[in-house]
Amino acid sequence: MSENVWTSKSLSDRLRGAVASFGLPRLIIAGFLLLLFIMAPFVGVNFFTQITNTLNRFSWNAVMVLAMVPMVHSGCGLNFGLPLGIVSGLLGATMSIEFGFTGAMSFVMAIVLATPFAVVLGLGYGWLLNRIKGGEMMIATYVGFSAVAFMCILWLLLPFKSPNMVWGLAGKGLRTTISLEGYYDKVLANFLQVRIGDLVIPGGTILFFALLAFAMWAFLHTKTGTAMTAVGSNPTFARASGINIDKIRILSVVMSTWLAAVGILVYQQGFGFVQLYMAPFYMALPAVSAILIGGATVNKASITNVVIGTFLFQGIVTMTPTVMNSMIHMDMSEVIRIIVSNGMILYALTRKSEAIR
Amino acid sequence: MSTKNQTASFGAKLGRLARDNSVPIMFILICAVCIPLAGFSGGYLLNEIITRMGRNTFLILSLLIPIMAGMGLNFGMTLGAMAGEIALILTADWQIWGIPGVVLSMILSIPLSVGLGLLCGKILNMAKGREMVTSYIVSYFINGVYQLVVLYMMGSIIPIAHSSIKLPRGYGIRNTVSLLNMRQCIDNLWAIRVGGVKIPVLTFLIIALLCLVILWFRKTKLGQDMRAVGQDMNVARDAGVDVERTRIISIVISTVLAGFGMILYLQNMGNISTYSSHSQIGMFCIAALLVGGASVDKASIGNVFLGVSLFHLMFIVAPAAGAKITGDSMIGEYFRVFVSYGVITVALVMYETKKRRAKASLGRQLELEQKGADK
Repeated sequence: MSENVWTSKSLSDRLRGAVASFGLPRLIIAGFLLLLFIMAPFVGVNFFTQITNTLNRFSWNAVMVLAMVPMVHSGCGLNFGLPLGIVSGLLGATMSIEFGFTGAMSFVMAIVLATPFAVVLGLGYGWLLNRIKGGEMMIATYVGFSAVAFMCILWLLLPFKSPNMVWGLAGKGLRTTISLEGYYDKVLANFLQVRIGDLVIPGGTILFFALLAFAMWAFLHTKTGTAMTAVGSNPTFARASGINIDKIRILSVVMSTWLAAVGILVYQQGFGFVQLYMAPFYMALPAVSAILIGGATVNKASITNVVIGTFLFQGIVTMTPTVMNSMIHMDMSEVIRIIVSNGMILYALTRKSEAIR
Repeated sequence: MSTKNQTASFGAKLGRLARDNSVPIMFILICAVCIPLAGFSGGYLLNEIITRMGRNTFLILSLLIPIMAGMGLNFGMTLGAMAGEIALILTADWQIWGIPGVVLSMILSIPLSVGLGLLCGKILNMAKGREMVTSYIVSYFINGVYQLVVLYMMGSIIPIAHSSIKLPRGYGIRNTVSLLNMRQCIDNLWAIRVGGVKIPVLTFLIIALLCLVILWFRKTKLGQDMRAVGQDMNVARDAGVDVERTRIISIVISTVLAGFGMILYLQNMGNISTYSSHSQIGMFCIAALLVGGASVDKASIGNVFLGVSLFHLMFIVAPAAGAKITGDSMIGEYFRVFVSYGVITVALVMYETKKRRAKASLGRQLELEQKGADK
C-alpha cells in the first residue's frame, strides 16, 4: 500500500520533471500543432498538401535557424544580429545576377560572392561583440537594424545595371523584390524531388540543409568545436585551459554570419524572389524563436533543437491560416505567430537558471 | 611644472567633455551640414521644431524614471502607447470630443497602463541584467496581444457602435481612426503666435508640470529608493528597500506616463494609425533621448529637450538635404532611419564598454591595494 503510494507519487513527480525539462510552452506548442494536424482532414483540408507545405517552409528556413547554433555555443547568446548575415547574402545574390550567371551556377556564385562579405562583416561584428561581453543580445539587435537601414541607402546607390533588377523607368536603384526566374528559382527544391501522391518532398533543399547540419555537428566535435562549447559554458575554465576566448567567439560569429548569408539564399531559391530594403528587418525573430521552440536555451543549442524547432514553428505558421480559415473563416495566423514567437523568446529570456551568467 | 600639469588636465577635461557628449556633437555637425543644403527658412524650421517638441517631449520624459531605477532604456514604453491608443479608440467611438475626450482617454488609459506595466515589471524582474532586450521583446509580444484585441475582439466582444471606425466585415478597427474633432484641441487652447511661430502654451505647461513632478519625485522616499536600486541592487536590498517592488513601480509609472504621452501625441497628429502608430514610437523616443546626450544609466530633463530638438531637426532636414545631394528623396528617408538605429547602437556600445572599463579599473585598484598591503 505504502509502496504503491510511493511509486505513484514518484511517477507523477517524474512526469512533472519531464514536463519541466521539456518546458511547458514547448509542450503547448507541440500539442497545438498536433491538434491542427488532427483537425485538418475534418475541416476539409488536404492533409498531404499541408505536410508538403510544412516541409517546404521547413527547408527554406532551416539553414537560418542553424545559424543560431555557433553563437549560442560560444556564449554570445541568441544572434539577433542575423540581418547582418542576411545582408551579405543579399549582396551575393544581387552581384551573382548582375555578373550574368544563370541557373544553378547563379546559386553557387551567389554563395561564393556572399562569402567574403559575410566573413568581413562577421569579423567586425565579432570584434564589436567581444568589447561588450554581457550585453550582446541588445546590441546585436541594433547592429542588425543599422545594417539593414544602411544597406537601404546602398541598394539605391550601388551601380547595378541588370534590367531584371533595377527600376524600369529610372534605370537605376534596385527594386524591392527581384524575381529569380531563370536564375536559381527552386534549383535545390527541384533537384532530387520526391513525389508520393500529393506529398512532395523538396529532397535537394533538405539534403543541402542536412549536409550543413552534419558539417556543423562534426565541427562541434572537433578540437575547436569543443573549445567553443567550453567558452560558452564556462569561460573561466576555458581561459584556464589556454583557450583564446576572443578568437573562438569571433570564429563563432563569422560562422553564424556566413550561415545566415547562405540561409537567406536557400530561402530565396524556395520562395523564388530576392527581397531587398526593409525585408530582412524582422527575419531574426522567427529564427530565434524557432530554435527556442526546438528546446534550445540562451546558452545551449543542438542540431536536434534546430530540426524540431524549425518543423514546429513552420508547421504552425503554415497550418494555422488554412485550418483556422476553413474552420471559423477568420485568419488569425499572423497574430498567433507574433504571440507564439515572441512569447517563446520571452520564456527563454526569463528562465532563472540562465539569468545569471 | 604645475602649469603644464594644469594644461594637460584641461586638455584631458576637454577631451572627456567631447567624449561624453560625442553623440550630441555629432548631431550638431550633421544638422549644420544639412540645414543649408535643405534650404528651409528659419521660421519654418522653428515652427516645425516647436510643434514636434510639444508632440514628443511628454513621451520621452516617460523614459526617465526606469533609467533612474537602473533598468535601462524602457523599450516597454510601447505598452503605454498601446494602452493610450485603445483608450482613444473607445472615446472616439463614444463620440466624446475635444478636451473632455482627451481627459477621458487619459483616465481610461490608466488602468490599462497599470495592468500592462505590472506585467512588464514582473517579467523584467525575472530577467535581471538583461532588462533592455527583454522589455524590447515584451513590446513585440504585447503588440501581438494588442492586435488580437483590436483586430478581432473590438466589435465582436467589446462593443463598437460606429461603422466609421469599424472594418466593413463587422469586427476589428480600421487602419486609421480619425480624431478630427479632437485634433490639436489642447495645442490650440491658449496658443499664441510669435512672428508666425505657433506656440502651444497649454501643451508646454503640461510638459513643464511633468518636469517639476519628476524633479520632485527624485527627492521623495520612493525616488531615493529607486536611485539606490539603480546604484546597486544588493546594497539597496541590505538597506531594507524592497527592490522588486520598487522596480515594478518605476515601470508602472513609466507606462502610465507613456500612455498620457501617446494621447497628447495623437491629439496633435489628429488620427491614429491603428496598427503602426505605436510600433516605431519607442525607437524614436529612445533615439531622441540618446541624441540629447543621455546614456543607458544617466539621463536628465536637459537631455530630453536637447535631444528632441536636435533629433527632429535632423528628421526634418535630412530628406530634403538627401534629395538635394543625390536627387532621390528616398535616400534621405533611409538615412534618417539609419541614423536613428545607429545612434542607439553607438550609445549601447559606449555604455557597455564604459561598464567594462569601470570594472577593469576597479580590479586594478584592488590589485594595487593588495600589493600595498603586502608590502
